[in-house]
Amino acid sequence: MTGTLVLPGYERPRGLHPPLASPAYRSTILRAPAQPLVVLPHNLTEVTGPLLGAGRVRAADADLTRQHAGEPLGQRIVVHGRVLERDGRPVPRTLVEIWQANASGRYNHGRDNWAAPLDPNFTGGGRVLTDDQGRYRFLTIKPGAYPWGNHRNAWRPAHIHFSVFGRAFTQRLVTQMYFPDDPMFPYDPIFNSIPDERARRRLVSRFDMDATEPDWALAFQWDIVLRGSDSTPMEEPHDD
Amino acid sequence: MTESLTPSQTVGPFLSIGLPWADGPEVVPEDTPGSFVLSGQVLDGEGAPLTDAMVETWQADPAGRFAHPDDPRGAAGEFRGFGRCPTDAAGRYWIRTVKPGPLPAPGGGVEAPHLDVSVFARGLLDRLVTRCYFADEVAANGADPVLSTVDPARRGTLLAAAGPDGYHLDIRLQGENETVFFDI
Repeated sequence: MTGTLVLPGYERPRGLHPPLASPAYRSTILRAPAQPLVVLPHNLTEVTGPLLGAGRVRAADADLTRQHAGEPLGQRIVVHGRVLERDGRPVPRTLVEIWQANASGRYNHGRDNWAAPLDPNFTGGGRVLTDDQGRYRFLTIKPGAYPWGNHRNAWRPAHIHFSVFGRAFTQRLVTQMYFPDDPMFPYDPIFNSIPDERARRRLVSRFDMDATEPDWALAFQWDIVLRGSDSTPMEEPHDD
Repeated sequence: MTESLTPSQTVGPFLSIGLPWADGPEVVPEDTPGSFVLSGQVLDGEGAPLTDAMVETWQADPAGRFAHPDDPRGAAGEFRGFGRCPTDAAGRYWIRTVKPGPLPAPGGGVEAPHLDVSVFARGLLDRLVTRCYFADEVAANGADPVLSTVDPARRGTLLAAAGPDGYHLDIRLQGENETVFFDI
């Protein structure tokens, strides 16, 4: 443990993420910490992170329409994009996990009591590893909007939950992907908890005609951009 | 600076559709020498357990090494280092792991054995990050460069206590004995 330890430096994206205390989203009221956060330096534990995947993902996990005996109801869609660092470098071989409601806006979960039908042919969970260019691709069903108990007549815009790791603990991100031109956007306190309107728009996928499967599925494209690291040399020069 | 980055959103109440793994809490197999269970409850500002949360952990191996290319000392071993556990009906999480070794810090000094911990839940619009240290590492904790930045009156919220069933650490999101959370 001698010598100078030089670690990649990760940016701190202040003002990007929603404030933890966002009382318009009622569940934050008893769950957001009251004390200020303490700045954690980016040391060894923070600049490393779990490199998972091999053995955790089967090819079939990326197709949410073929997890049961029959086909789920609803509009088949391709959801695809890339996981990138801020400078545009792809994050290869990183785990992307998704979960979502079915076409009628109902989650396959015991605590979802929204009075819309479950679909016996749709569970709503998927996972995939990005390829060498950081690309991911799922085939799924377009989720429906649904009401929730936050306030009178509250409706969530249709969304798919995403979980990504990146290459470092600092980059871990859980977020939601939305669909273009959703009329529920102005009314949703979760979407609007993001302070910057341009940042909110970055959670909205775009319709992608080129990625549709002809006569089969529509397509939406959405990139996930994780905080970047500087280009500090991280190891002694080597030959490979 | 943040003009292209993707913002966070809450994991919501239904994460169990997509995130739990059968072996998620098992950072190491049960028969691993020196292994123990770290467990506790996740509690809200009224002391009520969170039954829809998830805890993730990340740590070095017992030698203080990571199986990761960005460790400038060289990637070492195949230690998974990662644990993931959704909370149960009592708000309880558990992780089976081994105690990590101490780590050199960039500014000099040595970090005491610790796990980085992420908490995800409905009502958390971004993950919460905390650390789990070990109360029985008194000397190492006393020299830890991160703990030293924490108000002494609150440091105890980061210390897992050894008991008959392993180590115990509750995570209190808000209110009395609120856990110290970090700006990562």
